[in-house]
Amino acid sequence: MSDWRPTASQDALEARARLLAAIRAFFAARGVLELEVPLLGRAGVTDPHLDNLVVAGSPPRYLQTSPEYFLKRWLAAHPRAVYCLGKAFRAGEQGRLHHPEFTLLEWYRPGWDDDRLIGEVAELLAELGAGDAPRQLDHGACFAAVTGVDPHRAADAELRERAAAAAGQPASRWADQPRSICLDLLFSLAVQPELPAGVVFVTRYPACQAALARIADEPGRGAVARRFEVFLDRIELGNGYWELTDAEEQRRRFAGDLAQRRALGLPPREPDARLLAALHAGLPPCAGVALGVDRLLMVLLGAQHIREVLAFADE
Amino acid sequence: MASYSTNEFRSGLKVMLDGDPCAILENEFVKPGKGQAFNRVRLRNLRSGRVWERTFKSGDSLEGADVVDVEMQYLYSDGEHWHFMQPETFEQHQADAATVSDATQWLREQDHCVVTLYNGYPLAVTPPNHVELEIVETDPGIRGDTATGGTKPARLSTGAVVKVPLFLNIGDVVRVDTRTGEYLSRARD
Repeated sequence: MSDWRPTASQDALEARARLLAAIRAFFAARGVLELEVPLLGRAGVTDPHLDNLVVAGSPPRYLQTSPEYFLKRWLAAHPRAVYCLGKAFRAGEQGRLHHPEFTLLEWYRPGWDDDRLIGEVAELLAELGAGDAPRQLDHGACFAAVTGVDPHRAADAELRERAAAAAGQPASRWADQPRSICLDLLFSLAVQPELPAGVVFVTRYPACQAALARIADEPGRGAVARRFEVFLDRIELGNGYWELTDAEEQRRRFAGDLAQRRALGLPPREPDARLLAALHAGLPPCAGVALGVDRLLMVLLGAQHIREVLAFADE
Repeated sequence: MASYSTNEFRSGLKVMLDGDPCAILENEFVKPGKGQAFNRVRLRNLRSGRVWERTFKSGDSLEGADVVDVEMQYLYSDGEHWHFMQPETFEQHQADAATVSDATQWLREQDHCVVTLYNGYPLAVTPPNHVELEIVETDPGIRGDTATGGTKPARLSTGAVVKVPLFLNIGDVVRVDTRTGEYLSRARD
């Protein structure tokens, strides 16, 4: 083979090493413990939009799509702030901003909510040189400003029609799409390109897009997901929650995921029994967030493709 | 025909969309961290030449299109149809004016070109990128003027009109880029 050389330049890899060191220094100064957790687990994810890479064996094991379940099991045992900086794996995700093996920074703050954690994400990004004038935008407000529809209240039929138009597809081909998929499409294609440059937090997602965030009633507008996303120059860097801690609610969401998997013809995934047991034992109230380190480095260096910041891409 | 999933969409792949054969130009993977993955795809409609932009859910599939490019020899035109032949098999195909489109202005009888077949019938005709053709009509050449950079129109033997340098004359053979319609050089004879 002739293409044995690294895909990233020496400068990019030196910048990567400095970035990893700066992240560790940030958390060390704040007394947040670095935890190494397994990359191979006995359980995968039920989320229909995430696909584990499966390692053959008896039993088969799943390369983890994030360290989330292990970190939550840690928190149920020891309610102490903790972070993990390491690799995560997502099958089938490949493109300018995606690579099936990537580097993820994920951390949890017991006793905090999403709004407080946003402040710490902003401090970290400022310290890493990504920008020190963060903006915070309400998801419903920026969605409505661009598309003209309220993502919390609009009828499913209207969202489908708008999503089909944004996709350039006839409405008939979009007829059965669930509400959440229409919202994803409109946000990715229409709203995200209109976000301001720099560090932008988008907060309070529609309840149907809660994933693992708690759903809370807000005066004047009903149920919203306490979930936020952080963008840097319009590129999605990370996703955070005021975490769901209710084991029964978690079990229901896993069951909902599995029903959706069946409907989409995707392979079933056994819900993580140890995570459910830990939630039953008691996960302390906490907020958590995960940031894509490769993408952060891309924006800091002005790289156009993720392979420019990976030592060896597409192996 | 096989069908292709979004993760198999590569530049150049021919697929059917809304009843028309299309060639994939670009395929961009778009995915929110928590949510549905999409593929934003640019395709050229091979019938109309228009470029379409469509977004699919990742994992959706399109049927492949039976489209092949075949090198053929241009034989002649009877005024209504243009006739082409596959040199190996002597199999002949006829194409109408809409199908041959601009290609005719670059083709002389016996010249080779690429005929795109869709379900076995000509869909498009592409001349070679560079052709050498004789000037049949132009203003008299200005002797020695090879430096001023001025140009004049010249009609070529196939009917195409291109801008050529002032020093060229009727009977000179010129090399032209068929994609841009621009004069490249005087052909060595």
